[in-house]
Amino acid sequence: MSAAGHRTDLLVDVLRRAQARGATAADGFLIEEQHFTASVRLGQVDTVKHSRDQRLSLRVFAGRASAAASTSDLSRDSLERVVDEATALARVTAEDPHAGLPDPGELIGAVPDLELEDTAGEELEPEAKIELARQTEAAALASDPRIANSEGAEYWDRRARYAYATSHGFARGYATSAFGLSVAPIASANGEMQRDYWYSAARHRRALEEPAAIGRTAARRALRRLGARKVKTVEVPVVFDPDTAASLVRAVAGAASGPSLYRRASFLLDRLGKRIAAPAVNIVDDGLMPRALGSRPFDGEGLATRRTVLVGDGVLESYLLDSYSARKLGLRSTHHASRDGSGVGVSTTNLVLQPGPATPAQLIGSVKSGFYVTELIGFGINGVTGDFSKGAAGQWIENGELAYPVEEVTVAGNLLEMLVAIEGIGNDLVLRDRTVAPTLLIGRMVVAGN
Amino acid sequence: MDDLAHISPDRFFADRFNVTPSLMERLLGGSLAGRVDDADIYLEYRVNEELVLEENVVKKASRHVSQGAGVRAQAETRTGYAHTDDISLANLEEAARQARAIADRSSAGGALAVGRPGRAHDLYTLSEPPIVTALERKLDLLRKIDTAARAADKRVTQVIASLASEEVVMLIATAAGWTIGDVRPLTRLNVTVIAEENGKREIGSWGGGGRVPFDYFLEAERWRHFAAEAARQATLKLRAIDAPAGTMTVVLGPGWPGILLHEAIGHGLEGDFNRKGVSAFAGRLGQKVASELVTVVDDGTIPNRRGSLNVDDEGTPTGRTVLIDNGVLTGYMQDRLNARLMKMTATGNGRRESYAHPPMPRMTNTFMLAGPDDPAEIIRSVPRGLYAVAFGGGQVDITSGKFVFSASEAYLIEDGRVTAPVKGATLIGNGPDALTRVSRVGHDLALDEGVGTCGKEGQSVPVGVGLPTIRIDGMTVGGTQV
Repeated sequence: MSAAGHRTDLLVDVLRRAQARGATAADGFLIEEQHFTASVRLGQVDTVKHSRDQRLSLRVFAGRASAAASTSDLSRDSLERVVDEATALARVTAEDPHAGLPDPGELIGAVPDLELEDTAGEELEPEAKIELARQTEAAALASDPRIANSEGAEYWDRRARYAYATSHGFARGYATSAFGLSVAPIASANGEMQRDYWYSAARHRRALEEPAAIGRTAARRALRRLGARKVKTVEVPVVFDPDTAASLVRAVAGAASGPSLYRRASFLLDRLGKRIAAPAVNIVDDGLMPRALGSRPFDGEGLATRRTVLVGDGVLESYLLDSYSARKLGLRSTHHASRDGSGVGVSTTNLVLQPGPATPAQLIGSVKSGFYVTELIGFGINGVTGDFSKGAAGQWIENGELAYPVEEVTVAGNLLEMLVAIEGIGNDLVLRDRTVAPTLLIGRMVVAGN
Repeated sequence: MDDLAHISPDRFFADRFNVTPSLMERLLGGSLAGRVDDADIYLEYRVNEELVLEENVVKKASRHVSQGAGVRAQAETRTGYAHTDDISLANLEEAARQARAIADRSSAGGALAVGRPGRAHDLYTLSEPPIVTALERKLDLLRKIDTAARAADKRVTQVIASLASEEVVMLIATAAGWTIGDVRPLTRLNVTVIAEENGKREIGSWGGGGRVPFDYFLEAERWRHFAAEAARQATLKLRAIDAPAGTMTVVLGPGWPGILLHEAIGHGLEGDFNRKGVSAFAGRLGQKVASELVTVVDDGTIPNRRGSLNVDDEGTPTGRTVLIDNGVLTGYMQDRLNARLMKMTATGNGRRESYAHPPMPRMTNTFMLAGPDDPAEIIRSVPRGLYAVAFGGGQVDITSGKFVFSASEAYLIEDGRVTAPVKGATLIGNGPDALTRVSRVGHDLALDEGVGTCGKEGQSVPVGVGLPTIRIDGMTVGGTQV
């Protein structure tokens, strides 16, 4: 598929119709996607899914009142109905002085090529895709006799075209692709079962990790959980592996996002320009990295993507804003508008906690008695206060060494205190997802168990 | 706008897309017959409306239409699924071709196994579905809620009131030669409040709904209760102390704390995980997995409940499945595929988020039956512990059985009395073990207010839970107070 083309024309038509119905301004976003997913379990094909989706989202303004509507049906009748519904909704909503499109002058000019679409790789046949999933699972199953079962392996790919247009006459589009391989093997011994997983995802298929490497990593992660036990309740240093550390970074981004702030529902309220983390902590959102999973040339309001330092040397340097939340807060958009069916929100692009000097082994080695966390479950973050309490699994650290697996415990603290208590940052950053972090050592947290 | 009030599903899709039951059956017979163990075509039309009021201003008013068809073909354990959001004969034929490619890969097993199921229920026919109620009435209610929540306590600084309404029309045709449809209204009202005092801020939220008309929220001024509860929860948390950390006796209040069952045993008893042998409950039918005080059912047939369905998303009428009977594991929740492969009966638990997803075994309304005890007496029986009455979300690792759920309103129990409110904390337990520690069951069974959404493998569906007051001897509480 190629970018833009006639689909921006369709958007422009819809926006014209909205203006004819009395809208003073309007913008629209069109997403067209094509997905393929194949899952394999114990060597046999489990599910193969093909899909095509499209959705046109429209936002209309009647002065400072606005409303949104969307549809997956792009027929003429349906689009007329969407315009009518959105303009009718806008008439019943009240004026909001902060509502409106960004200034036309701020919209992106030329759209940079971030190489987000894999045009080099030839399209694989479904059989070849299934085979990649099969190889991934086979590697996990072959790596140890204790891996005797599996929830299966999955190959997926997705191609998407995005188009954005405003009633000011702006119309741009871009295309992306993404590919993924994952597997969830089950290790068992002495009546105990443990599941873990590993995955790889990339914009270009050839950048995926090798199936065998993904399978072996997943197996190793499941095996190391066997024999897990509960520990006594204690306050100790906690080391978060890169995946669980990334979830802490996501929580920080959530609290730094405009809608949480103007609702006063954020533990980062009134903290702009202040120290919120240990001086070694730097968190950057960079949406312009070529081929990266979180990259996009412009945001959901047509503003050029850029690099934003969220936390610099421990200081909260920026919030993450779309143009509405920016106006509410008396600030400028940071070009983080996201678009879904229901309107405009805020989302990050490639969000990275920058690496430090220590190897993970050095971080673990610096802990006499503590907890190395490899999995967090549950929804135990209060975004208003920063209170943090989650279920966890991992390894117990004794005298700087991983001693035995741990499960059925919680780790708890407060994110503001945890950020300040970051005592070590690993050098093991890998840009393997949209939000990434290296291994992190946090000085003290409460681990609850027996 | 379409008349969404009085719809017959087969006429709806025939009028709108020229797709009739006989055409669907012909497609199934022609393209899929003889090569598959099961196949179906699912048509769906969905309208969602969302209204959000913040700072007494309408922040979001949106309406979304989605429609599409999903075609599924199954042979042995294999499933081929293809969907299109453009419902036409040509697209259905293409989807059927893609779906059956999976079945062509080897000779299929037996004949089509599934005969016509029983009759659909009639659990939520509404004279005025919530989607058609006038916007002005809805916005008026949201404004009244804003006023009521602010009036409830002067520390309330922010109020977010939202009303979501939905109408889904579905029609399914199966290769066994029958067609069945359903029209599903759904609505949910939510109130979120931020309260501030001396530089501290806290959040409280309350909500409810179901397959009910808009007027449900006006009955006995239910909306006022939602607003008051949200404000009460937020202001209560302003004076909450640190939650305790460690293993202790936990008393769960009635209603929404039933999320315990959803996480501790519900997911682990879904047929797919048991067929694959990846659930901590696999192979344990007939075994004791809970205290004999515990009986748990999944019931999709309760009128007007959020988790109820006249038929599931495979056309099987929902039922009442006893999962645990006086402590003994008695049943799994099944869709057609897993029922066929496990030689069990489909229980009406085959659900999907939308036409874009194949169905899988999911819960409907999952709750524990009432016991003999007085709830106040249960609290008095605890020398020291935690009393938790409201929860946020939960999650489970079905293989190890470890599950969590996070309390949003909880108190210390000291010498048999409920004392200080404590900050939110995650509770963690082991599914096959947690319910064996239930030592008291109250007579006050309540279902939740109608707010639950369950996620599994990326698909979200509305569900319900319920619980009487229960005492659990020994559960780990993830606080910070060692």
